[in-house]
Formats: sequence, C-alpha cells, structure tokens
Amino acid sequence: MPVCCEKDAAEVLNLYSDLIPYGNGKSYGDSALWRHIAVMQPMKRMLDFDEERGLLHCEAGVLLSEIIEVFLPRGWFLMVTPGTKLITVGGAIAADVHGKNHHRAGCFSSCVESFRLMLPDGTIRECSRESHRELFLATCGGMGLTGLILDAKIRLKRVNSCRIEQTLIRTESLEETFKAFEDYASTPYSVAWIDCLAKGKAMGRCHLMVGDFADDGDLNYRLPRRMNVPVEFPSFCLNSLSVTAFNTVYYHKAKAGVSQAKIGLDEFFYPLDSIHNWNRIYGRPGFTQYQFILPKAKSFDGLSEILERIARSGKGSFLAVLKLYGPANENWLSFPLEGYSLALDFKIDQGLFKLLDELDQVVLRYGGRIYLAKDVRVSRETFEQGYPNIGKFCELRKELGLDRKFKSLQSERLGL
Amino acid sequence: MSDGTGDKGYILILGATSDVAKELLGFYARDGYSLYLAGRNREELERTAADIRLRYQVEAKACIFDALKEESAEQLWNSLEPKPEGVICAVGLLGDQQQAQRDPALARRIVDSNFTGLIDILERCAAHFEARQYGFIIGISSVAGDRGRASNYIYGAAKAAFSTYLSGLRNRLAKKQVQVLTVKPGFIRTKMTRHLDLPEKMTASPEDIARGIYRAHHKGKDVVYLPWKWRLIMTIICAIPEFLFKKLSI
Repeated sequence: MPVCCEKDAAEVLNLYSDLIPYGNGKSYGDSALWRHIAVMQPMKRMLDFDEERGLLHCEAGVLLSEIIEVFLPRGWFLMVTPGTKLITVGGAIAADVHGKNHHRAGCFSSCVESFRLMLPDGTIRECSRESHRELFLATCGGMGLTGLILDAKIRLKRVNSCRIEQTLIRTESLEETFKAFEDYASTPYSVAWIDCLAKGKAMGRCHLMVGDFADDGDLNYRLPRRMNVPVEFPSFCLNSLSVTAFNTVYYHKAKAGVSQAKIGLDEFFYPLDSIHNWNRIYGRPGFTQYQFILPKAKSFDGLSEILERIARSGKGSFLAVLKLYGPANENWLSFPLEGYSLALDFKIDQGLFKLLDELDQVVLRYGGRIYLAKDVRVSRETFEQGYPNIGKFCELRKELGLDRKFKSLQSERLGL
Repeated sequence: MSDGTGDKGYILILGATSDVAKELLGFYARDGYSLYLAGRNREELERTAADIRLRYQVEAKACIFDALKEESAEQLWNSLEPKPEGVICAVGLLGDQQQAQRDPALARRIVDSNFTGLIDILERCAAHFEARQYGFIIGISSVAGDRGRASNYIYGAAKAAFSTYLSGLRNRLAKKQVQVLTVKPGFIRTKMTRHLDLPEKMTASPEDIARGIYRAHHKGKDVVYLPWKWRLIMTIICAIPEFLFKKLSI
C-alpha cells in the first residue's frame, strides 16, 4: 500500500498484521520484500532548509537525486552518498549507506541529526543520538525492521562546483593497490575498480580513482543522458572468457601510472544510474551482489586468498569495487569497519552459491562480515558471527513488539 | 500578465491534496507560478506548500476550501490577495455507488463534491477573469460523465453535469480570451481508487495525467481525454444504442 502522509502510515500499520517498509526498491536483495509492503516513496515532501547549518528537513520518501537536483545549484551536496542516487532518505538511513568518502565522513547516519519513527501502535518517536538513542542505533542500518521512518533532518555540505577533479592511478598488483590507497588516504573520495579475474602477479591490479569537488564555481548541474538496456542479454554472453577479455581491455584503457581529469558529478558518483535496467546484461538468470569487508590488518591476506579463489573459479564479474573504509560507528547493524571491502556482481549460474558459501568462510576466518543491503543468500550463522550487536538488536525488537510487526524475507532468513 | 509577485502570478488549485493535483503543482511551479493550495486538510496543505517553496523557490500558500460548506467559496475568494490568474479544480469524490443508492445524504455529497459545491468558487473566478479578459479554468471531470453505467452512475451523473457546466463556461468566456479546459481522465491509480481492482494496462499514474493536463493547457485545448485512447473508447461506448447498452455490465 502506498503511504503519502502520516495518516496513511498509521492506516497501513492497522491494515496489515506484519509488513516491511519499502523505499525505491534499490536494495539488491530481499530486505524490502515481504507479503505486505508499505511503499513509503510517495511521502516525499521537503519541509524546511536551514541555510546557516545546511540542515534539510524532509519526508523519508525524498530521493537523494531530488536533493541533488534542488540543492546542488544552490551550492549544497550530500555529505555521504552511495553509488546510486535513486534511493530514498528512509532507505539511506535503513541501510546506513556509505560512499567513496567513508574513510573521512563515515556512513549516511553521520549526517542524520534526527528522524521521526512510527512504531507498530502508531506512536511516533523522534530519535537522535541524544533521544531514544537505542532506537536510533538500531534503526540506522536496521533494514526497516524497527518502524516506519516518516521524516528526517539531514546535514548537507557546501560545495563550489558540480564537477570533480579526479586522479586515476593504475596499479599493477594488489600490493601496489594497497600502497596507493594509503598514499591517497587524505583525499576525500576514493574507490577502486579491481580486475578480479587477473591472475598471478597481476592479481589485484586496479584503477584507483580519488578526487574531490572542483572549486570553479560552476553549479550549472545538468542531468546526464540515460541509456537503456532494452532486453535481457542471452545468458552465455557473460562468461569467464568474455569477462576476462572485458576486464583486460578496460584495465588497459587507463594510462599507466597517474592521470588527472575533471569529470561530471554523475560520472564520478553514479556511473550505473545512467544505464537504465543494467541488470538485464546478466540475462534471465540474473545476478547477485556479494559485498564483504575485512579488518585492515588482515585485508591483504584475506583479499589475496579471495581473489585467487575467484580467479580460479572463473566466475568473476566486470563490476568489482574495492574500497578502504574508516572506523565502524556505533549503529548496531551497520556494515563498515576499518578495513578493505570488496563488492562483486556475479552472474547466477551453477556453482555460484557454493563458491559464495566458501567465500563466506574465508571472510569469517579473517574476522570480516557481509553487507545486508546487497545480500540475498547469506546464512544466519555467517551473518551472526559478523555482527556482535545482533543480540541487542533482536532484544529491542522483542521489547517493543517490532519483531511481530516488521518482517522481511531477509529478516526471516537471518532470524532477526 | 503578472501581479508583480515573482515571474508570474498565482494559480488557485482546488483540491490540492489530491494525487493528480500534487503532481500538477510541480509543473506550474517550475514555470515560475506562485500557488494557492486549497483544500480541507491544513496540515497536509502546509507541508505541500513548504515543499513547493523549497523546491521551486516560488510562493505557495495553504488555504481552506470545502466544497460541502456553503460559505467556504466566499471566504476563500476574499482571502486571496492578489487574485489568481488561473484556477485548476481537482476536487472530486467517487463514493460507493451501492451505498449511495440507499443513502440519499451520500448521494447528495457525491453530487456536491463533484459539481454543485464547485459552482460558487468557479463563478467568482470566471467573473474576475472575464473582467480582465485574461485567465484560465481547468476542470477535472471524468469519462464516467460521458455515459451512465450501473456501476457508478451517481458519480457519473455529477461528472456529466460538471462537464456540461464547463462547456457552458467555455461558451461564455471564449469571446473574452479565457481558456476553459475540460479534462476527462480514464482510470487513475490514486487514493480515490485504491480500493478498486482496476485493470493495470488501462490505469494511468497521477504523474502521467498531470503531464497531460499541463500539455493540453498550453496547447489551448478545450476538451482532453487522458490518456488519449479514452477518446476512442468513449466514442465507441457512446455509439452503442441504448437498447443494447442497457443490457451490458461494463
């Protein structure tokens, strides 16, 4: 049922015995799927903007893309943005999303001052770090399982351009990649595309892209042209040969060493948003995302082992993203911790889920964990081992009756 | 013609909390119009007004209008300063046909919400525009008014009356350069039809309807069916002779 206002929110809670809130549906997995869905996206009004503090008060259905369209021309941008801008503010909070600047700015919740949450009985709590703190820590990253986020106050940051000064470093090995991340740790934004099928000495070679907003005063923001993938590709199109070939060509597209360019904001932050229906490239069987993170001290060894297994299996993807993250925050189910994370798209075919189960074991062995917003198949045991605060989360859900009201396919699978 | 408030003047939107109206607001605000948002739920209207002001940096004011209250039109009109240069009427009530057959008060409410309760305010607007020889009136009617069907004839009758009223207004105001546009949407997915089981391929989104209205207005149209396929559908429906039609259950 669509929710346009508070009255609708109270109504949907009465209407269904259990439900899950749903933003714009960009989670890769089953975190917003259930037999009853409260579609929050129609509740999308911007209510107030404090120019002095850059504080935007808006309803939870507002898309990050709308915030950019309205405020970038006035010199403001999101403090934290993930790789897609087509998500709601509520969804950004519920998945506690992060972006290329996590090592400097933390997760989305770090720019959230407060939000209003509707509980199963229709009462509303204004949650912040000072008020209803437990609910705040549980909701940020809580995947919609604590209540309906109605509206939020988020801080934006001042920028002086709609373009990014980007430096691209092409590395030849995992060692060089790690060194490059360290060398450029002070740059606000950094992320690497990694060739996950490269073998031997070339394993871990990547394009490390670091950058920051330009300072040219050009706030004339234009939306990029959108392409569309009109049909699903036949399943054989993506195989170990074609992906290896693509990766090799793509890797060599960048000049060796370090190169500089000024690029558009959408190209830097949201490369996939401009390809509508990009998931069709994977054909009818589709794809699954797999993202994990490893503590910094163990990252090199852990990643070496994982990359080696992936290359051996031949089940790589051309979308493989490596990033160095900053320290974990206090939110109970938030994914990032200080270390390296790798995000991969895998075409779904025979043997994939077995490979992922194996990778899960490697991740756990190195003290890491899986990202819920991308997950669709992790087992309960694997998940629990990665998130030490899960007990607190489940207890709070029970205490406030949230476990009976808010359920999703993901929460059922993981016993949350 | 501007009233000196921003780039362009004000437009009055009646029934501003309806799903179609909410989509329409953006189109006109983007053009630089300031807006009067009229409806019954002040809190919702204030929120929507805040959104318009923030997004489009135009004036947006919430006002109260209740088609079922006699004095509401006069109170609203007197409160508007400056006067608007266009009005869009998105007020409507579908109502439960079966219930309305048994409950005359509901039947009257359906007719008032869709027709009689709108006359006063639209006449005030019409007189104002007529005197200035400038302005526009957009009324959202429905295909349901083209022919009475057993499943919704009380609503259909009210909409039929509204369409005829707008047609008469158009005749009166045409010589005075005032555009009167009758909008006849088919099925739309809104709060009003949430409980109905509408065929998906035949049901439009409020955004599509709003875009259609905005375009039709700027093309200077008189009557527009949205989406356009409904013009074809209704031509066929209206062509069916009565002795056959009375036996159908559509």
